[in-house]
Amino acid sequence: MRSFQRRLKRTRKGDFELRLPKAERDLLRTLPSQLREVLPTDDPAVGRLFPPAYRDDPERSEEYRRLVRDDLLTAHLEALEVMEATLDATRLTEDQLASWLSAVNDLRLVLGTRLDVTEETYDREIAKDDPDGTAYALYFYLGWLEEQVVEALALGIDPSGTEPESRSRDG
Amino acid sequence: MDDVTTATVPVEVDRPSAQDVVVPDRPWLVICWNDPINLMSYVTYVFQKLFGYSFAKAHKLMMDVHLRGKAIVSSGNREKAEFDTFRLHAHGLWATMEHPS
Repeated sequence: MRSFQRRLKRTRKGDFELRLPKAERDLLRTLPSQLREVLPTDDPAVGRLFPPAYRDDPERSEEYRRLVRDDLLTAHLEALEVMEATLDATRLTEDQLASWLSAVNDLRLVLGTRLDVTEETYDREIAKDDPDGTAYALYFYLGWLEEQVVEALALGIDPSGTEPESRSRDG
Repeated sequence: MDDVTTATVPVEVDRPSAQDVVVPDRPWLVICWNDPINLMSYVTYVFQKLFGYSFAKAHKLMMDVHLRGKAIVSSGNREKAEFDTFRLHAHGLWATMEHPS
């Protein structure tokens, strides 16, 4: 049974207390290097991080992919690096936590794609002897952690928004 | 959005046909598609963060994506649509852009 103690707390100064047990840090420590290794490859699950920009136009999608692939790859790699460098931290700045969010989300996307996750996956009982049991456990753990990261970061966003349209309508 | 398409205008032209006269500048649409992996809270957060939408608007768009399978999350000239699509991709969302004809 997992303890439901919160892993993140926003401080008054606007940074974040990271309260991760050692076992979870050790688990997370193993992940960034695994993703970094497959990111530049043609691994089909990694393709999820480089989606086509046009639905029915493979030619334009390919052109877009050529244009942005390096920038996207760099963004994914940078997030992994920040997470790796701050895995033992007890405090994170907002920017660092935003990188954690990107990294954890990328990990979930690749893992979830490999597991062929569907909406039904969330209602399904994972059998004890399922060969993918460990991977599912990791997937659900990352989702649980990500919920808390999102919740913590969302506290720093003005709920009335900043675009003129929202402002005029809400205020 | 002031997306003005520049084109070389020939000195002598055929009389424009009715279809050519008014070509309204339709904006490009950025569409976000449902996927079973991204968290609902995360998708809402990304819409707020990237586009400055209020929580209410971002949440509604997220629910449209979730329940209807897709939603138009931004629009503008081609450059803006491409930029927004890229930012959504950088955040792991499934976005495409299209120009309704």
